[in-house]
Amino acid sequence: MAIEIEDIEVPLLVEAIYQRWGYDFRDYAIASLKRRIRRIVEREKFSSISSLQEQVLRDSACMQRFLEQVTVSATSMFRDPGFYLAFRKTVVPLLKDRPSLRIWHAGCASGEEVYSMAILLHEEGLLDRSRIYATDLDQTTLNIAKEGIYSLGKMKDYTKDYQSSGGKAAFSEYYQAGHGHVMMRKDLSRNIVWAQHNLVTDASFNEFHLIVCRNVLIYFNSRLQERVQHLLYESLAEGGFLILGRQERLRLTNYESSYRILDRREKIYQRVK
Amino acid sequence: MMPPHLVVVGASLGALDALRALLPALPLDFPAALIIVLHRDKEESRDLIPLLKEDCVLPVVFPLDKELILAGHVYMAPSNYHLLVEGDHFAYSVDEPEDYARPSINILFESAAEAYGTHVTGIVLTGMRRDGARGLLAIERHHGTTLVQEPAEAIAPEMPRAALAAVPGAKKMSLVEIGQWLSTLRH
Repeated sequence: MAIEIEDIEVPLLVEAIYQRWGYDFRDYAIASLKRRIRRIVEREKFSSISSLQEQVLRDSACMQRFLEQVTVSATSMFRDPGFYLAFRKTVVPLLKDRPSLRIWHAGCASGEEVYSMAILLHEEGLLDRSRIYATDLDQTTLNIAKEGIYSLGKMKDYTKDYQSSGGKAAFSEYYQAGHGHVMMRKDLSRNIVWAQHNLVTDASFNEFHLIVCRNVLIYFNSRLQERVQHLLYESLAEGGFLILGRQERLRLTNYESSYRILDRREKIYQRVK
Repeated sequence: MMPPHLVVVGASLGALDALRALLPALPLDFPAALIIVLHRDKEESRDLIPLLKEDCVLPVVFPLDKELILAGHVYMAPSNYHLLVEGDHFAYSVDEPEDYARPSINILFESAAEAYGTHVTGIVLTGMRRDGARGLLAIERHHGTTLVQEPAEAIAPEMPRAALAAVPGAKKMSLVEIGQWLSTLRH
């Protein structure tokens, strides 16, 4: 019985949030959205999704906390080292001749994968001529990314993944260790622009040579995925590269011939027309 | 078309031997979809598919995001993602690990219970810690079928024991019995 009530409450809550605050979760994939909303209800000690709705409609601080928790995902530096290896091998040689590189990291969360890419570009001699636009819909998360401060405890795993990603230096060269935390080297973020952007409701804002959007679309339903992939296509220069997460796929039925597959496993595509 | 039945399986330490004992029991006309969460190191799981295929007449795959769930298929959760059942298809998340696990058995089981209700069988096999116990309870609450590997037989009895503690009504079975149960599953 409780389950049926939740199935009524979740669509009402996201509709209410959309009308009140303009954040659009209506086409998010429902299974994960429901889990996250339940977790918020628990953490914020509400008795039901409906009582969360009552509060979130009236209280902007509550909405901000909702936003942080409903979009939180847990990524890591050099997540899927195999991807970075493949990127070094297949994409980097095709970027070497470009005088400048505009890169969009869409849905950058707390920034781990952005720093990973910056390190890779640095090692390949491409960072100086790159401008990386790292965007996320949540400003609080962006602030974490911008600070570039991460837990020291994670560095052991990150170092391992950095090494298997084809890293050319010692990973410890890229951060300064402090009390339980590390801070990423500032020159890595010199060419990074951190900006708020909502893939669901905002338009294309530039034309890019590389778009990285890994494990972001999994949180959207099929309809929204198609819409956002259209946005990514429109934001990609001809000859530019699109990278999705390992379990994701291109959904552009109208554009299928517009991309060629550079690496099927790591989901690296090139826009050819 | 949605498969009429889902069988969700969770295993951890000792999983490979257990699966290699179970998968040969699946017949060509297996009427359900079998979905497996296995705790593995981050980059290892990909090598498992060819290995498991040797023991199985059915296709064994990592599903893509939003891929339709089909009867007569064996689906493996890839490492470092949570795999969820969402209506007639799969969904993924990279939410934080639960009980140190990503993929989490609980998350797969709970989502399957919510989407398929009584038409779910949950099976907890050998493993350390207690992932799967909460998920099996969700399946029971939705009046699905709950099976647990006989702890005395499991390489790591902790996970089956935790599942039995959470769901005392679950059927305790040996791997051979679970195999027989799967081979006689009918529409």
